[in-house]
Amino acid sequence: MTAATFRRWVTGAYLVLFFGYLFLPLGIMAAATFNSSRFPTVTPWMGFTLQWFGALWADQRMWQALGTSLLVGAGVITVAVPLGLAAALLLDRLHSRARTFLYAVMVSPLLTPGVIVGISTLVFWREWFGVTGGLFLTILAQSSFIAAYAMLLFLARLQRFDQTLEEAALDLGATHGQVFRRITLPYLTPAILSASFLAFLQSFENYNTTLFVRGLDTTLTVYIASKVRTGLTPAVNALSLILIALTILGAVVYEILRRREARRQPDPA
Amino acid sequence: MGGVLRRYGPVLTAAILLAVAVWLLLLVVLPQLLMVDFSFRPSLPPSKAGGPEDVYTLRNYATLWTNQIHLAIFLKTIWASSLVTAVTLAVCYPVAFYMAQVAPRRRLPLLVLMLVVPFWINELLRTFAWYIILAFNGPLNALLVGLGLFSEPQRLLGGDTGVIIGMVYVYILFMVFPIMNAMESLDRNQIEAARDLGAGWLRIHRRIVIPHAKPGIAVGCIMTFMLAAGSYAVPALLGGPQSRWFTEVIYNWFFEGGNWNQGAAYAFILLILCVAFILLMMRLFRVGLTDIAK
Repeated sequence: MTAATFRRWVTGAYLVLFFGYLFLPLGIMAAATFNSSRFPTVTPWMGFTLQWFGALWADQRMWQALGTSLLVGAGVITVAVPLGLAAALLLDRLHSRARTFLYAVMVSPLLTPGVIVGISTLVFWREWFGVTGGLFLTILAQSSFIAAYAMLLFLARLQRFDQTLEEAALDLGATHGQVFRRITLPYLTPAILSASFLAFLQSFENYNTTLFVRGLDTTLTVYIASKVRTGLTPAVNALSLILIALTILGAVVYEILRRREARRQPDPA
Repeated sequence: MGGVLRRYGPVLTAAILLAVAVWLLLLVVLPQLLMVDFSFRPSLPPSKAGGPEDVYTLRNYATLWTNQIHLAIFLKTIWASSLVTAVTLAVCYPVAFYMAQVAPRRRLPLLVLMLVVPFWINELLRTFAWYIILAFNGPLNALLVGLGLFSEPQRLLGGDTGVIIGMVYVYILFMVFPIMNAMESLDRNQIEAARDLGAGWLRIHRRIVIPHAKPGIAVGCIMTFMLAAGSYAVPALLGGPQSRWFTEVIYNWFFEGGNWNQGAAYAFILLILCVAFILLMMRLFRVGLTDIAK
């Protein structure tokens, strides 16, 4: 064996191990859904069943938690996407130390542990406004950092924007409102869609922040965690399997759309 | 500021400024400041708030030093998060290098998709997968006993080992992508040239690849450490009463101890820890804030 084939062999083995490590746990969790054992496992295999999907379907509290999650997700899209858009529009026009400073403050929630985002929101709104944990605070706390993700998406798209279009429209007598509605906003539409998608996903799966501000409301992710600790059955696996399938579907569609968009809009550079 | 006004006109500019002010002041800066302020005050019943006893104090911070159990958990959280970061870096570095420098270009989109997909999946569900694997009667124990490595199943859940294994899995992708992005901009010819000039692979990595990928490595380590130290889901699912995490102590101050001021102080200590780690990484890798916040 030459050194080159040896290196290729080692690389191949490492990649198989790495991606196996990435996917095997998810496969095992999915497989446990179909095992008729009362506790979710794959060893020993007690026989194939679909009963846990039925058990999940009949779980009233799961549906309630799903409803809460959808509500919070919709709320976060409504709050975080416009905030991120406004922030990106502002940053795009600043070229100074103010831009660096604002940018740092805006991305700081992404470098803050989620529990701290939750705690600071909880304390602040109770002390200043007398608002306690619940749907409203959950939406605000999640939006405070999800807006930063949205801002980064908008900023990336704005960097490829041909500003002479706006200038030309202004020169030809369009008002600022018209320029924004007819030129800037249509250009940003794909970014608005992807930011909304990302915001919803981030909100839906959030646990650390939500835990502190949820009050008596239970989102689906919080519900799953509580089921794992008390009353775990393979119905939780069935739910996980469905969520993973939906996520993969969403991720693939998102990637395809993103790549198609990237091909249609080659970098000017 | 004039540029903003000229481009968007007065009405839009006002709306933009208002939105940014609401976000940064009401949702980011003021809550953080109030949390810090809160952490320096004693926990008092509402009737005594603002009264003579409501003075700034360091008592909430002193608790951490006097409570041996909490201090041990805090130190454990630091070293365990560092360990998670180091292991994750070791596992991810080769795959990032392969993706950025070795992989044939046509195979790259599929490989990236294979990395992206698990990244999208809920952190809690990825943790739950390890709950099943590590269970007493789970597949890992079955495998290890089957191979003859253990004579009988071991308790893998409910201890620090399970938590650390789970964290490496859950946060691995936050390490891969920053390093990969940083390595991508390295010209493949540079490695070629070094090899032609007789450099071994260790030397190539030490002198060319690692220096070039430094900002990415720093970002990956910062993200992983921050997520590990601030994790609640992984220790809650995979740990037990004997392997509590600092975030769980904080949670208990809020919702079981009912002492929010004390909880806020612990939360601020956690935040300082994360900031200290960021500064350490910047020092260690000699990168600036602008490299990190890209």
